[in-house]
This record gives sequence, C-alpha cells and structure tokens, in this order.
Amino acid sequence: MTAEKKSRLIKGLITGIIFGFLLQRGGATRYNVIIGQLMLQDFTVVKIIVTAIITGMIGIYFLLDRGLVELSPKNHSLRQVIPGGLIFGVGFALLGYCPGTIAGAAGQGSLDALIPGLIGITLGSGLYARFHENFEELLVKGSFEKPTLPERWKINHWKIIIPLAGILLALLLLLEFSGL
Amino acid sequence: MEFLRQATWSPYLVGFAIGVLSWLSFLISRKALGTSTSYARTSGMIWQKYDRDLVLNMKYYQQYLPEIDWQWMLVIGIIIGSFISSLLSGEFSLTFLPVTEFESVLNQNFLGRIFSALAGGMLVGFGARWSGGCPSGHGISGTLQLSLSSWIAAICFFISGIAVALLLY
Repeated sequence: MTAEKKSRLIKGLITGIIFGFLLQRGGATRYNVIIGQLMLQDFTVVKIIVTAIITGMIGIYFLLDRGLVELSPKNHSLRQVIPGGLIFGVGFALLGYCPGTIAGAAGQGSLDALIPGLIGITLGSGLYARFHENFEELLVKGSFEKPTLPERWKINHWKIIIPLAGILLALLLLLEFSGL
Repeated sequence: MEFLRQATWSPYLVGFAIGVLSWLSFLISRKALGTSTSYARTSGMIWQKYDRDLVLNMKYYQQYLPEIDWQWMLVIGIIIGSFISSLLSGEFSLTFLPVTEFESVLNQNFLGRIFSALAGGMLVGFGARWSGGCPSGHGISGTLQLSLSSWIAAICFFISGIAVALLLY
C-alpha cells in the first residue's frame, strides 16, 4: 500500500471515530430514538440533522468562496431518489437504524444491529449491485443537468443559504416551543 | 470530565459538531461524509471470494471497486467511536432486543427481531444503493451542498419511514 493511500485510510478512520462518538452521544444510535422520530414523538434525529445542515452549509460555502474546498454534490435522477428513497424508508422503519447509525449501534453493543442488521444491509446492497446494470439506463435517464440549486436557478448561493438557514432555524424553534 | 461521562449531549451541540466535522472532512480528506456505498463494497469483497470473475464483470463493481477505501474506514471508525462513547458514559450493553416504548413482535420477540432487522436491513441496503445515498450521504452531505436530488431523497426516506412506522407500531 502506498503511503498516500494509507494516510487516506487513516483520515477516514479518524473522521469515523469522531462521527461515531457524536452519533452515539447524540442518541441517534438508539433504536428507540430513531423509531420515536418516525413516530413523530421524539425529534432528536431531526434536530441533529437540521443543525448539521445549517452549520455544514454555511461553512462549506464559506470555504468554497475562498477556494479551499471543492463540492462533490450528488446528482441522481428522480427515478433513483424517489423510488430508492421510499424503499429505504420502509426498511428504515423495520430496522430502526440507517447505514451510519447501525455501525454506531453495533459499537454500543446492540447485537440486532451487528448481526441480522448488518447482514441484511450487505445482502441488500449486493442484490442492488447485481441488478444495477439491467436497469441502469432506465434509472439514470432524467438526471438533473445542474446538481445544485444555485446552479439551477443561476443565483448566488448565499441568496439560497441565508433564507434556507432561516427556515431551518424557524423549524428548530418551532419544535422547541411546541415542547417536542 | 463530567461532560464526557454524560449519557447524552444536546442534539444541537451534536448537530453543530457534525457540521464542523463535515467542513474538516472536505478540507482534509476532500470527501463528504457518507456510509452506504461501503456496504456494497463489502458485499463485493465477500462475493468475489466465491466467484471472482462474476464480480469483476459486474458494472457496479467496476464503478465501485470491491475494496477498502476512505469511506469504508469511516464506517469502521463509527463502530469504534460509538464503542468509546458508550464505554465512557456507561451506556454500553450487549442486547439483542432493543429497549423501546414502541413494543411490537418486531422488536420484543427474538424471531420477530431477526426478521425485522434482516428484512429491514435488506430494504435499507437496496434502497440506499438505488437512491445513491443514505441519511448521511444525502441527508447531511448532499443537502448541505444544496443538491436538489439529495433534498428529495432525504424527504422520501422520512415520508415512507414515518408512514410505515405509524402503521406498524
């Protein structure tokens, strides 16, 4: 293994250790917290994700303006994100974890995540990989020409980030004031 | 020290820290946080032990090589980080049936939980690959870059997740 590759793998590992620590400490690796979110009774998961989006979006675009980072926005077609996302959600409600939090659940000793959960995700991913080439053309059709909203609407990104951060912040305030 | 031993931290603090982690990840590793592709790589790594030629000929594995990469190590890191966190707070415990207030045969019965975790896991894995991401890759990293497809994916994860959970529990 080259030194460069090794250093990348170590960077990934360290990033993951911090991510896993935070997910566990935030409660997001608990089945009860995730199902509670889907039952609309415990909004921990939404609070974590929305705060991460606000913080991440402002910081990443600030760094982008200074030429310090490059974006790598996902660009998938509606035929990928809608059916794929809906299937994911059905599994999410049954499993009670997502691909990130299941690894964290395994780390905190949840054996349902470690054994049947991880076997299931690995099988499901392999199954998709097997049939990917049969449907690829059909699915990729209709990908967006421009992946990000500022590119699509041809406006400065801060004209989206500032109002969007305001809306997301209002959502968090609404959750707090309604006692959720 | 007391802070490091607390069972949970505020979700806002955790969300803010994950946001900062995403900056560092872009700056230091030139990568966005994500996890789900790693499970497809894992399935390829296992599969090629049985039928190497089949795996090497699959278009998917030509695009996403069945090997250990930055994100795969990130997933291993999540396991370790969560282990450290739960040990420090005393929350670590070996359990098979999750402790929950939403009791059902799917989470309080041994066979029921094997079924829900295995079938749910398969749908999560299949759906994540179909949509091209998960709540980290689409839900945090894609949305924060203002990717339209990621916003739609993230909303879809929760729409059907909420609908099915309300039906089941």
